[in-house]
Amino acid sequence: MAAGERTWQRPTVFGRRGIKWAVYAAVVAFFAWSAWGVGADPSRIVRGLGRGVTLLGDFFPPDATPRQAQRIVDKMVESVAMAMVATVTGIALSVPVAFMAAENLAPRPLYYLNRGFISISRAFNAIIVAILVVKAVGLGPLAGIVTITFKTVGFFSKLLAEDLEDIDAGSVDAVRAVGASPLQTLCYGVVPQIVPRFAGLSVYRWDINIRTSTVVGIVGAGGIGSVLLTAFNRYDYQYVSAILLAIVLVVLVAEGVSAVVRRRYQ
Amino acid sequence: MSSETREWRRFDRRRRLGRSLGWLVALVVFVGSWQFLDMRLVAAETVPREVNDLLSRMYPPDVAYAGEVVAPLIETLHIAALGTAGALVLAVPVALLAAENTTPNRATYWLGKVIVTVSRSVNTIVWALIFVVVFGAGPLAGAVAIAFRSVGFLGKLLGEEIEEIDFGQVEAVEAAGASPVQTLLYGILPQVKPALVGLSVYRWDINVRDSTILGFVGAGGIGVQLFRAVNAFAWGSVATILLVILGVVIASEVISAYARGLVR
Repeated sequence: MAAGERTWQRPTVFGRRGIKWAVYAAVVAFFAWSAWGVGADPSRIVRGLGRGVTLLGDFFPPDATPRQAQRIVDKMVESVAMAMVATVTGIALSVPVAFMAAENLAPRPLYYLNRGFISISRAFNAIIVAILVVKAVGLGPLAGIVTITFKTVGFFSKLLAEDLEDIDAGSVDAVRAVGASPLQTLCYGVVPQIVPRFAGLSVYRWDINIRTSTVVGIVGAGGIGSVLLTAFNRYDYQYVSAILLAIVLVVLVAEGVSAVVRRRYQ
Repeated sequence: MSSETREWRRFDRRRRLGRSLGWLVALVVFVGSWQFLDMRLVAAETVPREVNDLLSRMYPPDVAYAGEVVAPLIETLHIAALGTAGALVLAVPVALLAAENTTPNRATYWLGKVIVTVSRSVNTIVWALIFVVVFGAGPLAGAVAIAFRSVGFLGKLLGEEIEEIDFGQVEAVEAAGASPVQTLLYGILPQVKPALVGLSVYRWDINVRDSTILGFVGAGGIGVQLFRAVNAFAWGSVATILLVILGVVIASEVISAYARGLVR
């Protein structure tokens, strides 16, 4: 039978094949527009690659005079200290925000208010926040701490609130049933369920905060970032690569510590 | 009998000691950091007032300024799209190197890991500083910076996906006489395609956020406008730009979540 000859086609997520090709075409067209808009013509890229190789030569080997090395250490310690303080303050502020942003614990208006705050905190990059905070409180590590604290609250509250929404209501009811006050219910019914996640999240955010604190200095909010920007502006590329090396090293150590602690808690 | 009353404790003595020690160390580090930064509490007290002052100056946003933001905003989106596309092209070989089951040998495995680590440890804005020197100021430097930053993220997560594929299928394709490229196309790619799409869209969403700051170091996008407005103390314009960024970021988050929902 002629009609028996059938071909099989994989189903697509778009529902219809026409829509699929339309989406593909739109995406490709957008990329083409982007390439044109950004000015990414091949000759420019090739020229850039040449200059990139030269720059790589300038970067190598990493080098710093003893005074410069001392400055790296000082500013790196400042970065780490900023991250530490901001993690603690950020988490302290996050706890109430998280409770108020959990759908099962907070009244409606409070819920929307805190969700809105979380969205705002997450939407703006730390550098943008830092530049505003520097204008408000002046240059220096305090601006960095305020920035990182603000960013921490958005991240931490969001994830903690999601965990709070997932808790087992049965154990909360059980605590309430034996006559606990609302505060006691919170302490003995809700909190024990989220403690392990809380610890894991704190360390995870601390790790991210170390990364952030190494760059907010670029806009004047304290830490090693300021040294990096100055070195760049003076074309002192061997010093730049020494600073970059220091940053990568500290970030790696933080990541290692964070991974170990999280494994022990979860 | 009094000895009957026993106390229940969640942890044994050793773990209790360990936990208190952990808390103690954290406390010492916190207090030490605070001391080191030499900030009197007075300084911290002024923060709410200063921030409040800033916010009151930003209100109301300068609506007339919105027209001038459109072009840089589109540039920002271009940077994010192009950066993500570039990252994807670069990340596939890196992912193949960094996955234990597809990497040719130990040395290439470590090469993959090093690329992933370096890319992730260096912030977008630092990559942008470097590429402004290479390509000159402008959005091209920004797009390349975004690409270099994203390679680590995509390479790492894609590599983990590749490690989890069913290798039997790859061997079957090889056994039928496929070349290495064909093995890649028919043995590996179909298995990681949903993850590939999902991760790219997710990274694109992050890149939209990241590309809003590139202007601070001269790498194009809406950050240039923001930087200028802040330095000119044009707080109404700053508020407009911030609102625009907020809108774009939320829109990209929604699109990203929807697209990831489709491929899951």
